[in-house]
Amino acid sequence: MKIIVCVKQVPETQDVRLDPVTHNLLREGVKSIINPFDLYALEEGLRIREQQGGTVTVLTMGPPQAEAALREALTYGADQGILLSDRAFAGADTWATAFTLAAAVRKLGGADVIFCGKQAIDGDTAQVGPELAAFLDIPQVAWARKLTFVGPERLQVERLLDHGYDLVEVQLPALITVVKEINEPRLPSFKAKLKAKAATIPVYSLSDLGLTENQVGLKGSFTRVVRVFPPPARGQREILQGAPEELAAALWGRLQQMHLR
Amino acid sequence: MDYLLTEEQTMLQELALQVAQERIKPVRAELDEKEIFPRDLMREMAQADLFGVIIPEEYGGLGLGCLESCLVLEAIGSACVGVGTTFAATFLGAYPYLLYGSEEQKNRYLPVLARGEQLAAFALTESQAGSDAGAIQTTAIRDGDSYVLNGTKQWITNAGEASIYTIIALTDRTKGPRGASAFIVEATDPGISFGKKEHKMGIRASATAEVILQDCRIPADRLIGKEGLGFIIALRTLDYARPGVGSLALGLAQGALEEAVLFARERQQFGQAIISFQAIQHMLANMATNLEAARALVYAVARYIDQKPREFSKEGAMAKLFPTDMAMQVTTDAVQVLGGHGYMREYPVEKMMRDAKILQIFEGTNQILRNIIGQALNKEYTKKR
Amino acid sequence: MSIIIESDLCTGCGQCLEVCLFDALELVGDKVAVKDGCNLCGACVAVCEYGALSLPEDETPALSRPSHGIWIFAEQRRGRLSPVALELLGEGRRLAEALKIPLAAVLLGHQVRDLVPELMAAGADTVYLVDHPSLAQFLEEPYAAALTALARLHPPEIILAGATYVGRAFIPRVAAVLDTGLTADCTAFDIDPEKNLLLQTRPAFGGNIMATILTPRSYPQMATVRPRVMKKLPPDNGRQGNIIEIDLADLSRPFRSRFLETVSEITETVPLGEAEVIVAGGRGLQEAKQFRLLEELADLLGGAVGATRAAVDAGWISYQHQIGQTGKTVAPKLYIACGISGAAQHLVGMQSSDYIIAINQDPQAPIFQIADLGLVGNVFDILPALIQQIKANR
Repeated sequence: MKIIVCVKQVPETQDVRLDPVTHNLLREGVKSIINPFDLYALEEGLRIREQQGGTVTVLTMGPPQAEAALREALTYGADQGILLSDRAFAGADTWATAFTLAAAVRKLGGADVIFCGKQAIDGDTAQVGPELAAFLDIPQVAWARKLTFVGPERLQVERLLDHGYDLVEVQLPALITVVKEINEPRLPSFKAKLKAKAATIPVYSLSDLGLTENQVGLKGSFTRVVRVFPPPARGQREILQGAPEELAAALWGRLQQMHLR
Repeated sequence: MDYLLTEEQTMLQELALQVAQERIKPVRAELDEKEIFPRDLMREMAQADLFGVIIPEEYGGLGLGCLESCLVLEAIGSACVGVGTTFAATFLGAYPYLLYGSEEQKNRYLPVLARGEQLAAFALTESQAGSDAGAIQTTAIRDGDSYVLNGTKQWITNAGEASIYTIIALTDRTKGPRGASAFIVEATDPGISFGKKEHKMGIRASATAEVILQDCRIPADRLIGKEGLGFIIALRTLDYARPGVGSLALGLAQGALEEAVLFARERQQFGQAIISFQAIQHMLANMATNLEAARALVYAVARYIDQKPREFSKEGAMAKLFPTDMAMQVTTDAVQVLGGHGYMREYPVEKMMRDAKILQIFEGTNQILRNIIGQALNKEYTKKR
Repeated sequence: MSIIIESDLCTGCGQCLEVCLFDALELVGDKVAVKDGCNLCGACVAVCEYGALSLPEDETPALSRPSHGIWIFAEQRRGRLSPVALELLGEGRRLAEALKIPLAAVLLGHQVRDLVPELMAAGADTVYLVDHPSLAQFLEEPYAAALTALARLHPPEIILAGATYVGRAFIPRVAAVLDTGLTADCTAFDIDPEKNLLLQTRPAFGGNIMATILTPRSYPQMATVRPRVMKKLPPDNGRQGNIIEIDLADLSRPFRSRFLETVSEITETVPLGEAEVIVAGGRGLQEAKQFRLLEELADLLGGAVGATRAAVDAGWISYQHQIGQTGKTVAPKLYIACGISGAAQHLVGMQSSDYIIAINQDPQAPIFQIADLGLVGNVFDILPALIQQIKANR
């Protein structure tokens, strides 16, 4: 079984703010981590490998520093990591990111299963997985919380939808995006940490993927950010301080005005 | 303090701290409250390769030394000494055959322990033989190709949970301590059973029970080393294990100190954070200084042991004695800094104080350790004359 | 492709570095330079007092606008429309009028024709209906195939869908295949009057910053829209519209995924999404058992209990109760935030509530910035007193 897990390197906290007056960006020195949802995708890949045999390849696109995310993935036991990195890839939106990932998957000779976390905590779009599946023209099941093999090339997937959980069956190759309930990610192992430290991480560039500048990065993106601003504050506010009983009484008064009991 | 650890040692320490912070700390209160054996945590620690630390690479371990095992135990102890004791008991059980076992014994037992698939235990103590270990009554009688064991071991960590037990038993009653031998008994052997789980003051996540041997028949090749080596093996095992107990104490004290400092910074009395009072600062300063002194001692002894000296009973004893007395004091003081909060089960320091007490008692009471150190001093000066 | 720098004009003042969201500018010596990652957002251009920065000329020729108006995806399940479908029609109506183009609903399903009048009453000029057994249950493949085929047949200018699990699962497949942009989880729209383009606004960077996004060089312009943010119109049963039923041959091919069964339905006493009153707790509750206080109050008020990500991550309450960027979006009549500091990640999920009451010990807590009524005090003192008052007055 050839398993590919797509991961994204993200800042550990999302505490990026705009100064409400100057609109300057208040960026705190934060470290980079693997998108937490992607760890569930990786864990699922590792579990499938343990069940079915095969290899787990971890794929990421990003600046050269994103190599650290791949090395971290190796400490959990992934077989190899591949970094897609090129100045031309910078500024990609989800379309261009998925397009680039698709080229890399093809270069790797495809996969039986591709796992993605449900979304990244920095962008929260949840689009790259489904777009990647579309570019590869493979079926996809989003929001999976449980996987069962029912044949060598067939998976039953329990997945979350707005009304509850559906059970669907999908033919491999397929792409699965996973939610947190699917598993409990393992800890790194010491032996894998040693291996990860020494591992070579291949880097695929624009030309390695056989793409042109117009298909990737900012140039290949169909969306543009045109403005950023802090979330709007609300209107007239009222702040009360005092003894708990007084505050509770004020609150009760307000609830009565609102005709809530 | 920078103890000049190697990159590999730092990686191992970070991994163990990750286990402690992410997996043990969130559940330690519940494990303690309900006396739950941490089976899942043992599995996770195994998955992280932590069970392999002292086991040579040819048996599937990491082939590291005493200092590395101390770093791991300190990290685990910083979250929960009950979990740490459960983990460490496997090391204690494994040292006898690791040090004195035959190639067959090593091949059979070390790889499963390194992978953490099975736990081990070490059984010396009996109801009449605590500090006076020479008073054990359990016997092992040779019968053809087997030995038949009879007796009851008391307060054995991991009893009932472990699969592999090292049992110290008398093969020749007439010789006293020189008539003792060490055996490997498996939980599936006929005639081994376990008493009820004891209810303890602290380390309540760990399982402690009797190991009952009733006509327990085992193949003769389960004898470790030779007949009559039982006490030498037991004492050597304890020499190796004592810096590990000291390390659990370091972790415990570190955890308590951190709780105390954080609380003192937050807690407001008389209009200011209590850490601004000298009375509190001095307590914290003593806690931190004694902790660091203990750490320096444990690491130094561990490094010394890793040099494979011929004799290190005295140093091993020191590396348990000083840190565990320190941990008792630091955890008691941490409760004091937290005041009424510290006495409540909602805060972790009361558990830490309960856990600290056993460290002064097991694997040689601190009184026995002083005897060992005192006797060693006497011996050294006898030689010098 | 990046910002253009006139080095002669640059004074090295560093103003632009401060505003760059993508950390794509640096000072080299005393001049600014662009690193990788420039998104051409233009934030730096606006702050440069010396005119040293400019955006590259838009070299793409203006595309001609497709003629089939605005489409909204009319999500339904088992013959019942999802509320977001009607909300999208409300918003779509507003945008359609601004652009002076028609508004259509796309209805995919099996035996769902009955829903057409409801869509027209809610604002649709046209309903595109694809009724096919393959669409009886939601699956990404057939739904994406149907919408893609329709959009090729009658190219629309804009496609909006709810940012529901369903919408977010298949709409990206459509955007990928149609070679166009897609903006996730939008909370506001506007029209750029010069270019007639859709301005798509969504929370970015975990919700602490709002970003407005354009799809400048491709059609359709696509976005998913956060449920319960847009307002539906009062139904007008007199409204008339066209129904265009389309038989897509493409749907009769075998798909590689198939629906087996619904395993479990999410059940809540009062579903969070529909509750008129929500009592929510955050990190300030300190432990799981304190949520009982919230449950008691919610029961008395006929409401539901919500929680922040911090409380859910701490294991105090299940994920079903999570409100915020990575949880549910709610808009009750009354939202009582207890021990919630007001991280932006939480605020985006509840700031459309009609009335927000916040109880927090820290007067500086950001939650007070958006609360209509803020009580500075201890939750564990105030709530029991309130519960007592309510009980005494029944």
